[in-house]
Amino acid sequence: MTLPLFDPKAFGPETWSVSDLNRYVRQHLESDFRLQAARVRGEISGFRAYPSGHWYFSLKDSGAQINCVMWRQRAAYQRYTPRDGDAVEIEGAVTLYETRGQYQLDVARILPQGEGALYAEFARLKSQLEAEGLFAAERKRSLPLRPRRIGLVTSPAAAALRDMLNVLRRRWPLAEVLLSPTPVQGPEAPPQIVTALQALIPLQPDVIILARGGGSLEDLWAFNDERVARALAAMPMPTVSGVGHETDFTIVDFVADVRAPTPSAAAELVSSFSVQDLRAEVDAASDRLNVVLQDALATRQAALNAQQAELRRLSPVLQLTLARQHLSALTRRAASEMHHQLALARERHQRLTQALNGISPLAVLQRGYAIVRTPDGNIVRQTREAPVGGRLQVRVSDGEFGVKRET
Amino acid sequence: MFYEVSMSPKSKSKAKPEIEELPFEAAFAELEAIVAQLEAGQLPLEESLALFERGQALAARCGQLLENAELKVKQLVGSELEDFKAEE
Repeated sequence: MTLPLFDPKAFGPETWSVSDLNRYVRQHLESDFRLQAARVRGEISGFRAYPSGHWYFSLKDSGAQINCVMWRQRAAYQRYTPRDGDAVEIEGAVTLYETRGQYQLDVARILPQGEGALYAEFARLKSQLEAEGLFAAERKRSLPLRPRRIGLVTSPAAAALRDMLNVLRRRWPLAEVLLSPTPVQGPEAPPQIVTALQALIPLQPDVIILARGGGSLEDLWAFNDERVARALAAMPMPTVSGVGHETDFTIVDFVADVRAPTPSAAAELVSSFSVQDLRAEVDAASDRLNVVLQDALATRQAALNAQQAELRRLSPVLQLTLARQHLSALTRRAASEMHHQLALARERHQRLTQALNGISPLAVLQRGYAIVRTPDGNIVRQTREAPVGGRLQVRVSDGEFGVKRET
Repeated sequence: MFYEVSMSPKSKSKAKPEIEELPFEAAFAELEAIVAQLEAGQLPLEESLALFERGQALAARCGQLLENAELKVKQLVGSELEDFKAEE
């Protein structure tokens, strides 16, 4: 059936060339939106991955088949590599490869059968909750820095729990961990996860981790469940999702306040301020304590020293000491002056004595003169002063003797 | 520690909780408060020395709690909390 837009008469001659025909058919196929975003289920057959990176295979069911090609860029994104015989769902576009006239499916994504529907549901719920504002950045709460109580909602038997406990033991053993155990996959899991989350509320942990290890989309499906998402969003304390898988996100990852790529990473986020950091803070506080006390003591000591210096400066004791020193100096000077004067006097005395001795009449006696005295002691200078026959005293240099004048 | 200090009776009479019973958060918070108070520098010397000694004791308590800390893990069984037993 030709569409009005593609009037062949407007396009070209009534007899087609092969090229024109193929081109027309291709454009026709590409204009049908149902064929451009098609999901097709079938079985993989003849799968070949070329060195170029492109994948070629057939998709078939019991009655028919179609050729498929997946180009390298898209194949690289494929987490799941199909094998012959796999039941799959293909998302792709129907087209015609003009030069070979080959009708084929240009593949965008290959999913194990059943997952296509799951992805569709995931996308739907994600849009709905996003529109309701459950993922809004403004709603996100920040995690407490030093949580006292940490709630864990996870399977009690799985490795995820062990891994989280190991991280917490190492980084933040000060906390108390409250485990609210729950199955984390299977159809009965979602209501039990909800119960497990809500059971923690009265115990008032500072933060809650909802976690499980990796798995297929079906395994993780409970974490895309609407009931779980809403229960998590309604938790009164901050929440962390730690659903361990490589690429895709689950709904709870969008709803949680913080998303971690694995359970261990979730435990690390919750203990981002570790016991080692805390030790350093205690040591720093202790150092500050010592410093401030030393400062306080030093300040007061300096003040005291200043006061003491001032006191000494003003003290009468000092003045007394100065006065004493002054007196002492004066006394010494006086004594020394006195000695000096005495020495001078002695010297003068000695000189005078010698001079005196020099002119002493007694020196004359040495030269042979004598002093003659009358008995009554008068010195005889003239002959008439010595009566004849009278006694006289004669003093010579070394003594006296008596004589009588005879003539 | 650098100084040996004796506590004056005056500061012991303020009702302060026993350091040996303080949980980490309380001990650390008080330690930080003491440091801030001392750094503000408005206290008389005797009180400063008493506070310093309490601060030292708090720091020691914090260090001890950190050294000996063991992660406590409890599990909800029904509505009761029990000690967690790791499954083999």
